[in-house]
Amino acid sequence: MPNTARFEVNGALLAGDPSGALWWAERRALIVADLHLEKGTGFARRGTLLPPYDTRETLTRLEAVMSRLSPDIVISLGDSFHDGDAAARLDAGDTALLSRLTAACDWRWIAGNHDPAPPGDWGGRVDSEIVLGSLVFRHEAILDRAAGEISGHFHPKATVQTRARRISGRCFVTDGQRLVLPAFGAYTGGLDVTTPAIARLFPRGFDIHLIGRTKVHSLPRIK
Amino acid sequence: MDTAPLNITLPAKFRDWFAARGWQAHDHQLAMLAAARDGRSALLIAPTGGGKTLAGFLPSLVELADGDYSGLHTLYVSPLKALAVDIHRNLEVPVAEMNLPVRIETRTGDTPQSKRLRQRTKPPQMLLTTPESLALLLSYPDAPQMFAGLKCVVLDELHAIAGTKRGDLLALGLARLSSLAPGCRRVGLSATVAHRDPLIAYLSAEGRAGAGDVVLVAGGEAAKPEVKILLPRGRMPWSGHMAVFALPEVYEAVKAAKTAIVFVNTRAQAEIVFQELWRLNDDNLPIGLHHGSLAVEQRRKVEAAMARGALRAVVATSSLDLGIDWAAVDLVVQIGAPKGVSRLLQRIGRANHRLDTPSRALLVPANRFEVLECRAALDGIRAMELDGDPPRPGGLDVLAQHIIGTACAGPFQADALYAEIASAAPYAGLDRQIFDDVLEFCATGGYALRSYERYRRLIGDGEGGWRLAHPVHLRRYRMNVGTIVEAVTLKVRLNRGPILGEVEEYFVMGLNPGDTFLFAGRLLRFNGLKETTVQASPATGDAPKIPAYAGGRLPLSTYLADRVRGLLQDDANWPTLPAPVEEWLRMQQFRSIMPRREGLLVESFPRGGKEFLVAYCFEGRNAHQTLGMLLTRRMERLGFGPLGFVASDYVLAVWSLKPVQAGDIDALFAEDLLGDDLEEWMNESSMLRRTFRNVAVIAGLIEKRSPGQEKTGRQVTFSADLIYDVLRKHEPSHVLLRATRADAAGGLTDIGRISGMLGRIKGRITHRRLDRISPLAVPVMLEIGREQVYGAALDDLLGETAESLIEEATRMPPQARLPL
Repeated sequence: MPNTARFEVNGALLAGDPSGALWWAERRALIVADLHLEKGTGFARRGTLLPPYDTRETLTRLEAVMSRLSPDIVISLGDSFHDGDAAARLDAGDTALLSRLTAACDWRWIAGNHDPAPPGDWGGRVDSEIVLGSLVFRHEAILDRAAGEISGHFHPKATVQTRARRISGRCFVTDGQRLVLPAFGAYTGGLDVTTPAIARLFPRGFDIHLIGRTKVHSLPRIK
Repeated sequence: MDTAPLNITLPAKFRDWFAARGWQAHDHQLAMLAAARDGRSALLIAPTGGGKTLAGFLPSLVELADGDYSGLHTLYVSPLKALAVDIHRNLEVPVAEMNLPVRIETRTGDTPQSKRLRQRTKPPQMLLTTPESLALLLSYPDAPQMFAGLKCVVLDELHAIAGTKRGDLLALGLARLSSLAPGCRRVGLSATVAHRDPLIAYLSAEGRAGAGDVVLVAGGEAAKPEVKILLPRGRMPWSGHMAVFALPEVYEAVKAAKTAIVFVNTRAQAEIVFQELWRLNDDNLPIGLHHGSLAVEQRRKVEAAMARGALRAVVATSSLDLGIDWAAVDLVVQIGAPKGVSRLLQRIGRANHRLDTPSRALLVPANRFEVLECRAALDGIRAMELDGDPPRPGGLDVLAQHIIGTACAGPFQADALYAEIASAAPYAGLDRQIFDDVLEFCATGGYALRSYERYRRLIGDGEGGWRLAHPVHLRRYRMNVGTIVEAVTLKVRLNRGPILGEVEEYFVMGLNPGDTFLFAGRLLRFNGLKETTVQASPATGDAPKIPAYAGGRLPLSTYLADRVRGLLQDDANWPTLPAPVEEWLRMQQFRSIMPRREGLLVESFPRGGKEFLVAYCFEGRNAHQTLGMLLTRRMERLGFGPLGFVASDYVLAVWSLKPVQAGDIDALFAEDLLGDDLEEWMNESSMLRRTFRNVAVIAGLIEKRSPGQEKTGRQVTFSADLIYDVLRKHEPSHVLLRATRADAAGGLTDIGRISGMLGRIKGRITHRRLDRISPLAVPVMLEIGREQVYGAALDDLLGETAESLIEEATRMPPQARLPL
């Protein structure tokens, strides 16, 4: 796949997909972070009437990656639902789509801070963290447990200066030890990688794999 | 214009007061009295210093003089808070001296809560306010009582507000006022404008110029300003915008004047010109700095010092284009090209506010093209021909805000509200279906997927009646009222000390700790970001590593562009230009040809292994940038292998792998350039995204970022970009996307200018194939790669490049002589 970025984390060969998902070919595992399903209705009930299409958009994108890669296992790294009762707000079409996806493979939910206990009736299994081979999957990075950690939560994005203009976008962040995934959800914004909350996870600096329009661009290590 | 004898005199009390000051009532002041007597609205067009404000208030003061009017009589709306405060001070003089029983108060965002409450229950006879504060007043359920007896609304600086989104908001407020107080007349005060009819329509209760309910009053002509172009001794630069070379002479001019305003076009220019003037300031003249990014307190300090006469000069951007009159200002300096005649006149008008003495102004061109532009502007002033854009239809986002505001005041009938809105000039032609779409947006978001019934903001009774669903929306409306959507900015703090002002986020993202930059007239070192504040400390040294950021760049007006083209075409005028400029134009005539007033000149030549195409469009930088995008897309498709482009206000240059041949030119610039690629490009462009963000905030889809709500390390908000992408994909015909496209096409005039140009040049494109760069192309070629322009070393580097380009452009064949 020429459009992906290849990198190694704790000995595992991984690929950053332009969709924002992570692909671990050896285990046929697809990992996504921070879907934030029903963020739109979450805002709507407080009076901000965002377009109600975010869940459909997020799930459709996920469906597209899954049919492209046919994973054996999908891990959703937490904050899959925007809030505690988001699941109840899914409309019938989105419910059917999500059930289809969770039934298609071994589906794992990781609990996040927005959804400490993802609902049980969507199919899939709920865990607080999962260990697979040399990697551990959890929602939020733990400062002194970097080895092989794959996490989400921070929604990293980065801004780079090109010759023409400044471009900013979601990105994968890694130092070879741990990796932070970009958010996958359609309404999920980002936090710049240089903010201390993210940067402190990588005391020896980090590589950025920036998601462009159709391709993931690997950028040299910044410190 | 009504020229019949006015047959009206001032009441004795007023006549005596005028006489005591040695004044006589101006004709236009009497004409305003006559209009008021007849109950008609009036548009007063007068230059600054013509007693315009007094003329606007005089009828109200006369009506209130007998003291038997209680309640709100006159409402004054100004685009600037500071102006409202200043007018208040000026009005207190006649009121006190004639002992008139008139209470005057101001109401702005700064007015204390207790006073605001009292103003609603016991309003003064005259209330001075801003469009936003008026919108807020109208959103209270007691608005009908407060405004029921209103007799007059005075709109100041109408030329500056009509045609903007704030103007739309104000027009909707006026329409509401006319329903609450049917007899209320409107008074517009305006500087001289290119288009009068739109202002008359704006004041008309029917929203159209032909309604006949508005009297036009002309307030006398000011003496024509004395404007000179400063031509530096010595060389005239080929490019650059800072005019640093001319500042010693500017400094001399400032020294010779009592008080001067030095206007510049961008904040970057302001910072650099300010620094340089202080470097030259051996006499320690008090010179201040004023631009929109400085903290409000800093700006107020500078304004107060100006008012006291404590400053000899202030370097300012358009932040001072409007505002309080400073009688002491006797010189206006314009650094860089003026970009438009009306705007230049407005700036010049800031000097010498007396009708009988001319304003003095000095234009300081920074490069050769700017010499031409300054000359064209000067000719425009002599001919008193103004430029300005015709009005655009009112924004649907503003309409949405107004509908929610109306619901905040109480239940309404859709039919009545539609009729009211259609009486406001910006919405005069509004289609009922569009109104209903906006209403539905306000109620439920207006999505085809009707999933927000339970979250609706407005509840309909099924018979055309609507009311607010929940008081929470009232609070949201009041927090977010207004049409000014700020760019995302970060505060700049000096050590642990004061906040100096705010800079755009994008500028900060380009800084690394240790970088130095110019801000608020100082050289600062960037230490890092703390939450949302830029931490900075004073730095030493001469040259900042990162140049001051650009901002507030204005496009060249169509009218001025046309005059510049005329100047280029008519070589009989050239001997009046400075010698280096004339020589430059002769050289162009010799090496290539001059661009014609009609048609388009395109040159192509090889250079450094690349093929260059230079088009002399004169449509302004923004339009050229759009054109550059479209043109390179088309060249890509046609296999020319375009590599990049650069745009100035005058010229577009594109470079590619393969040369463009004479036969290709017509196809490249064909009118369908705007058809196939534009839609696609627009949808992707950051311009449309920016526009959507503003529309979404104004319409109340997303909230303004208010203090305390900024991103922190752990909480992440959504961005308007993501909403735009999702909405565009799932509901491309949503009313907010329609509003966005209308704004982008009408509000930003680039597309209109490109389309006008493509039509004009059809069949009239002249192509010149040259063996090397032409003299006229040198300035734009010097812009290539010119990201950082500060510092001696960089200048040297640039200097080398410039010299080789100029040498190449002006190299003469052996034996040939320039036919001068």
